[in-house]
Amino acid sequence: MRQPPGTLARYTTAARINHWITATCLILLALSGMALFHPALFFLTALFGGGAYARAIHPWFGSVLLVSFAILFVRFVHHNLWTGDDSRWIGAIGRVLANDEEHAPEVGRYNAGQKLVFWLMTLLILALFGSGLVIWDTYFFDWTSIEQKRVAQLLHSLAAVAIIGVWIVHVYAALWVRGSVQAMTRGNVSAGWSWRHHRKWLRETAKDPAGHHGDD
Amino acid sequence: MADLQSLDVVRRSASTEIPPQVRTQPEVAKLIDVSRCIGCKACQAACMEWNDLREEVGYFQGSYDNPADLSPATWTLMRFTEWENPKGDLEWLIRKDGCMHCEDPGCLKACPSPGAIVQYGNGIVDFVSENCIGCGYCIKGCPFNIPRLSQADQKVYKCTLCSDRVAVGQAPACAKACPTGAIMFGTKSDMTDWAGERITDLKSRGFDQAGLYDPPGVGGTHVMYVLQHADTPHIYAGLPDHPHISPLVQAWKGLMKPIAMAGLAFTAVVGFMHWMVAGPNEVQPEDERNGRDVLDAPRQ
Repeated sequence: MRQPPGTLARYTTAARINHWITATCLILLALSGMALFHPALFFLTALFGGGAYARAIHPWFGSVLLVSFAILFVRFVHHNLWTGDDSRWIGAIGRVLANDEEHAPEVGRYNAGQKLVFWLMTLLILALFGSGLVIWDTYFFDWTSIEQKRVAQLLHSLAAVAIIGVWIVHVYAALWVRGSVQAMTRGNVSAGWSWRHHRKWLRETAKDPAGHHGDD
Repeated sequence: MADLQSLDVVRRSASTEIPPQVRTQPEVAKLIDVSRCIGCKACQAACMEWNDLREEVGYFQGSYDNPADLSPATWTLMRFTEWENPKGDLEWLIRKDGCMHCEDPGCLKACPSPGAIVQYGNGIVDFVSENCIGCGYCIKGCPFNIPRLSQADQKVYKCTLCSDRVAVGQAPACAKACPTGAIMFGTKSDMTDWAGERITDLKSRGFDQAGLYDPPGVGGTHVMYVLQHADTPHIYAGLPDHPHISPLVQAWKGLMKPIAMAGLAFTAVVGFMHWMVAGPNEVQPEDERNGRDVLDAPRQ
């Protein structure tokens, strides 16, 4: 796709589609899952055609998410390895939250906060899928004991609440840091956005515009 | 006995409505006197007949238990145990297994679907199949391993204590059919009194540990046993010694619900507060100039 002048390619079309399939699954999972978690939210099952349908489709959303996220993981994992700069960046988080990033280390493709979201999502999705299989009674009831299912049920709900929390942080950060959403919708970001938030990545990309700087 | 109507529902799963209290019903109980049971399975046959259930014909499993386990179509089951007592004599312990109709029902506590499990004023815990969504949470909530998920319709089934019969003043089918009077049915206080007489009799005949099984861990039950060895319920085919709702289920269905909702709401509010205080992180014109300079530098 042609790059508008003064912008940098951030995400390929395939990566964006991959992301939004994952995102849609996560939202549908949260809605159908919370419906069964808290009686006050049971009305959300109406979105899925009633309680039995919400119960039946929830683990299938989870299965699609697992596959979709696995592909996303392979795409992005090499950009998300932790470095010393990430720890220093976290040390300057107070300044960053006050919209002052000049005193934090220059950021590459992802900052430490984004990397934390990446790894938390990875761990929680694994925990949710594993515990989810144990309580997918339609197909796997005989695989585990009732006591194991009780443990899995509690773990599943704890991990679900945690991942919804991570999701809130992820969405809020995308809205708070203006210009970020367009990276995942149109696939590009402005030079100014890159200078302000991902300067190291900007420099690398500028030096070698044809190279792959994570626009996968 | 009052007929069971919605105004007799005292507990309703996943609901916050205040139950109607205009009338009260006496609590009922089924008393199963294990010492008088001869293992004839008339109760099983009567249960099948009244509830119109037919279990598939299975295979011999090496015991008199037939079928081998409770199922969506087997709501009560004689469980046979050959127990060698301390004197070295054989005792044949035959326990009629099925829903205990707990006063504090773990299934109802775990159920996420409003009105899929109810408890009537007389103590009977009933599954309302039209509201059942087949999640299996009740199976995790039950301290007695009773509810069974049907593969045919993904709904869960168990003994109703013949709530339909009780509603019109009849005893449950199993009690009606029992030829030895090992299954009695009446008000809970009458059944407790009757059990007391039975226990006195058993003790006079050498069963020092005879007693009533009405476990306080689940608030008492509306199906009670007279056991010859009430100090060791587990010898009766694994009847729990101290049944209670699992702490895992209690945590999941108790504290966790409000804390999780408050935690998520708090996270969102913190985000909003941050927006109000710090505001959006916007790209400034000088960022754009600096960025352009870097971007264009190698091409010049």
